[in-house]
Amino acid sequence: MAAVTYDHVVKRYTADVTVVKDLNVDIKDKEFMVLVGPSGCGKSTALRMLAGLESITEGQIRIGDRVVNNVAAKDRDIAMVFQSYALYPHMSVYDNMAFPLQMQHMKKDEMDRRVKNASKILGLDPFLKRKPRALSGGQRQRVALGRAIVRSPKVFLLDEPLSNLDAKLRGQTRIELQKLHRELETTFIYVTHDQVEAMTMGDRIAIMNAGILQQVGTPGDVYDHPANLFVAGFIGTPTMNFVPVTTSDSTAKASGFEAKLPKSVPAGKGTLGFRPEALTDRQSADGSNLQMKVDVVERLGSDQYLYGQVGSDQVTARVDPRMKVAPGDTAQLGLDTRSIHLFDAESEVAFF
Amino acid sequence: MDFSVLLQDIPTLLVVIIGVPAILAAYIVGGEFLVRRLPDKNRPQVRPWIWVGPALILVAGYLLLPAIGTIGQSFENNAGNWVGFNNYASQFADFPQGGAWVAIRNNVIFWLIFYTIFTLAFGLVLAVLFDRVRYESVVKSLIFMPMAISSVALGIIWIFMYQYSPTGESQVGTLNAIITFFHHDPVVWLQDQWPSDKFNLLNNLALIGAATWGITGFSMVILSAALKGIPGELLEAARVDGAGELTVFRRVIFPLMMPTIVVVGTTLVIFALKAFDVVYVMTGGNYNTDVLAFRMYEQLYTAGNSGHASAVAVILLIAVIPVLIFNLRQFRAVEARR
Repeated sequence: MAAVTYDHVVKRYTADVTVVKDLNVDIKDKEFMVLVGPSGCGKSTALRMLAGLESITEGQIRIGDRVVNNVAAKDRDIAMVFQSYALYPHMSVYDNMAFPLQMQHMKKDEMDRRVKNASKILGLDPFLKRKPRALSGGQRQRVALGRAIVRSPKVFLLDEPLSNLDAKLRGQTRIELQKLHRELETTFIYVTHDQVEAMTMGDRIAIMNAGILQQVGTPGDVYDHPANLFVAGFIGTPTMNFVPVTTSDSTAKASGFEAKLPKSVPAGKGTLGFRPEALTDRQSADGSNLQMKVDVVERLGSDQYLYGQVGSDQVTARVDPRMKVAPGDTAQLGLDTRSIHLFDAESEVAFF
Repeated sequence: MDFSVLLQDIPTLLVVIIGVPAILAAYIVGGEFLVRRLPDKNRPQVRPWIWVGPALILVAGYLLLPAIGTIGQSFENNAGNWVGFNNYASQFADFPQGGAWVAIRNNVIFWLIFYTIFTLAFGLVLAVLFDRVRYESVVKSLIFMPMAISSVALGIIWIFMYQYSPTGESQVGTLNAIITFFHHDPVVWLQDQWPSDKFNLLNNLALIGAATWGITGFSMVILSAALKGIPGELLEAARVDGAGELTVFRRVIFPLMMPTIVVVGTTLVIFALKAFDVVYVMTGGNYNTDVLAFRMYEQLYTAGNSGHASAVAVILLIAVIPVLIFNLRQFRAVEARR
């Protein structure tokens, strides 16, 4: 159990290849923190620096109050679950889980107690004598988790642990991991490229892109108040609609409609962002209504998504599933301007 | 070289250049033609035999038949008369210094143990160390280089390395130059029978050392490939789990390389049993450095005793076969695990 601090951390491979740029994150004790971003954004490197598997070029990483920059991986008291699980193929499930305890020279009976306990939590009892080769993907994944939890480490690191599982198992394991986090009361740091995993599991989410931390916040925060265009586009499915607009005082003029802005902004160019659920078949309270030429209708039972043109812009709307609409129709839609976002055209930073 | 001799018999040359490929092509086309005439269900059983046929014929002609002939000869004297097990008896006569005993001891104890262990150990250490070196491929090529040297040249290089000049004279041999620098008397490496002439380890080790130098590259390259086959995440997992580098090697790398180590080891055992060239070039089997393969050669060409030579050959064959079978099984097991 410990807090983790990234303090101006930089990872540079060569003079012009910098994969993590000035990373500052405070991860609280017992927090479930998710690092999320597209592949190559530096999230795994950030995790591996914390694990001691990559050197830190600049800055400090602290576990608790201890600066770990020059502490070897084996002395950091962390446990890590790898994407490939990295089970020792020549050892039985039991030995795989006992390995980190053997490294601590733990007494046999205590070791046995802990391994048995972990295998009970994870439902691995029937497989303790098997080799990893004889296990299914989901079982291997649980052994990797077991190997991590037997140690009661200060921090858990999970590097895309679900990406090799099928969709159904992934959903189950997501729930199990959250349960495990509650039971173990330990700091979890979880790396993923999947924003759904991030949104559902994290106490807080840190979103990275191109080596730069974009935003840190609770799932609600980053969903409702994205700090910039990248975060707005990365979080949420279907993705947020982006429409180029010209602003003057408190209206934004797009190619096909005008929207009232909740705040006045300096006149100029910008990008208006609104999630599909803000564009519905209900009339807007402040008259920000628009007409969509519908290209595609997607019925999901509980929802109905319309994809089409508004002016010269491609947008998505989420409408009542009972609304009768067909491709080629023109739909009358209303924009809920309380949940729209405006981004600066140059810096892509959000005004609101 | 004078190639004009080839032109003296143009018809033969043409037959070789045109005839051999033509026969091969005819065999393939004809074989395939015949297979197509067979009922569908028999084809898969017959077709492989068409393709391995030429190889089988070659193996039979150049390996199996001569081996059978050798076994026959080992029961005959030079005149071709049946002598029973006499040829074998004289190989096993007068333990421990007579017959083939010195050669057997050198092969089965000195070469088999030291050559195999030295080569494996050096190969493993080099593979593991070079894995962490930046100029890995360059360094590995250097270590592999002796494999490209003919074993006769190798023997001559090492004769120079072991060269002896009497005390007081300047030492041309590298090894003696080194040890005289440390005020030790020069050693006649290839003749010195230390610790005793009944158990002359030193000069045998000198030969084994030269052979080891030549083969270490082979063992290093294969072990290095096995090392690279171990996923990096496994080693990282072990480090995060609290293992130091030595423990990572002992508990993760070594066990995972074990199947390959066994395959390389048994291959080296076979090489050790077949050792010939270094002994032939460097000592001619003198000073109790004889080995079976050299004894076989010497019995045939120096002593002119084909019966004795054949008996030695059969002894060697019988010694190698179990190792060979074990090696093949192990190799298949390694392949199956991939």
